[in-house]
Amino acid sequence: MYFTLLVVVILTAIALVAVALGIARAISPRSYNPQKGEAYECGIPTRGRSWMQFKVGYYLFAILFLMFDVETVFLFSWAVVVQDLGTYGLVSILFFLVVLILGLAYAWRKGALEWK
Amino acid sequence: MFDFSIITSWVHGLLTSWMPEGLAIFLECVIVGVCLLLMYAVIAIVMIFMERKVCAAFQCRLGPMRVGPWGTVQVFCDVIKMLTKEIITIRHSDRFLYNLAPYVVILASVLAFACLPVSRGLEILDFNVGVFFLMAASSIGVVGILLAGWSSNNKYSLIGAMRSGAQMISYELSIGLSILTIVVLTDTMQFSEIVERQADGWFIFKGHIPALIAFVIYLIAGNAEVNRGPFDLPEAESELTAGYHTEYSGMHFGLFYVAEFVNLFIISGVAATIFLGGWMPLHIPGWEGFNTAMDYIPGFVWFFAKAFFVVWLLMWIKWTFPRLRIDQILTLEWKYLVPIGLVNLLLMVIVVVFKLHF
Repeated sequence: MYFTLLVVVILTAIALVAVALGIARAISPRSYNPQKGEAYECGIPTRGRSWMQFKVGYYLFAILFLMFDVETVFLFSWAVVVQDLGTYGLVSILFFLVVLILGLAYAWRKGALEWK
Repeated sequence: MFDFSIITSWVHGLLTSWMPEGLAIFLECVIVGVCLLLMYAVIAIVMIFMERKVCAAFQCRLGPMRVGPWGTVQVFCDVIKMLTKEIITIRHSDRFLYNLAPYVVILASVLAFACLPVSRGLEILDFNVGVFFLMAASSIGVVGILLAGWSSNNKYSLIGAMRSGAQMISYELSIGLSILTIVVLTDTMQFSEIVERQADGWFIFKGHIPALIAFVIYLIAGNAEVNRGPFDLPEAESELTAGYHTEYSGMHFGLFYVAEFVNLFIISGVAATIFLGGWMPLHIPGWEGFNTAMDYIPGFVWFFAKAFFVVWLLMWIKWTFPRLRIDQILTLEWKYLVPIGLVNLLLMVIVVVFKLHF
């Protein structure tokens, strides 16, 4: 039942885009002009390609995000049973969180959170 | 409170009475799809109109006034305008990824939209891991934005997409942590169940201080997640022309625009559901007459009232604060919101374990 609905929702999303673009392509005018194919960079002719080496100044943030996102997966499964676990659940997750916070503190200390 | 599952089971009974089971289910799926599509479009139109009017009000203007009474037909005219614009694909773009990007963005937003419980029995995707599914589904949107920026072969698009990626993945953590705080309080991840638990008080009151902090963190992070307000760096129009959708024209651009507004509604809808009680009426213990009167207001009115209240709050923030720099945005997230969120989570666990909540 749920799986069917999930498929229905996904198909709806695809249909929404396909129908909107289909109508637009059907009724919109078409004219050819070589200038239209140029990249718009505020009117200045573009220099070189954009698919070049690009300084991703925040790959460190992406790595940290990966760490914390996986932690969220663990925490969600713990969060639904924490009321049954009681103090035991609190103490056991405390260790987990302390290790995580230490990791964040280490990254902070090492300057990974600065924008360079 | 009216239960909408009466209507759905009545439709099911009606269809199965004169056609085979399989066909009936197929027809129901089509009805669900059409309803979802209409709902999505209506919400997008209402949001765009509201944005213009609220923005105008904050700037002491009138906003759209010419087309229709109080400019109400303006958005429909814009839709028609967008449909009749030519769709241009620039010469050096990566065609496949360029055309794929709107699909990914809309898919993420429709999946998340289908999770919202509008009234009792009126939700499409009601998984027992609902909250988790919503977070997973909405984070697909980042991929769409990165694809759009990368495939356009435009430097501004690329910079906008990269900024957007950094910002959205960072703020997802805070959203996760503040939702987690409420999951600790409810011990369930199913949206309908979360709303049912708030029958005797909304979580923002029940969870007192930790829930309040989580709500504020959620509002800030949610605003950043949809690239709006003071966090609209990815499409900072004075610096990057239009960010990741610079090279999209006509309806291609329209889809990104619609997804952005519906994402804002989704963020507000989730805030309304998990913090402000969703479709649950306002009940004050001891005031029997007041509670009975409140019960007569239908659930979906409550839901939309709360959701649009949060939308209005976010628009207020957007039109009041100046834009932040990228390093300030990342500092705010990693040095303030994440540590506060983690401590707040621990606080909530202590409140729950020692039964300090109401």
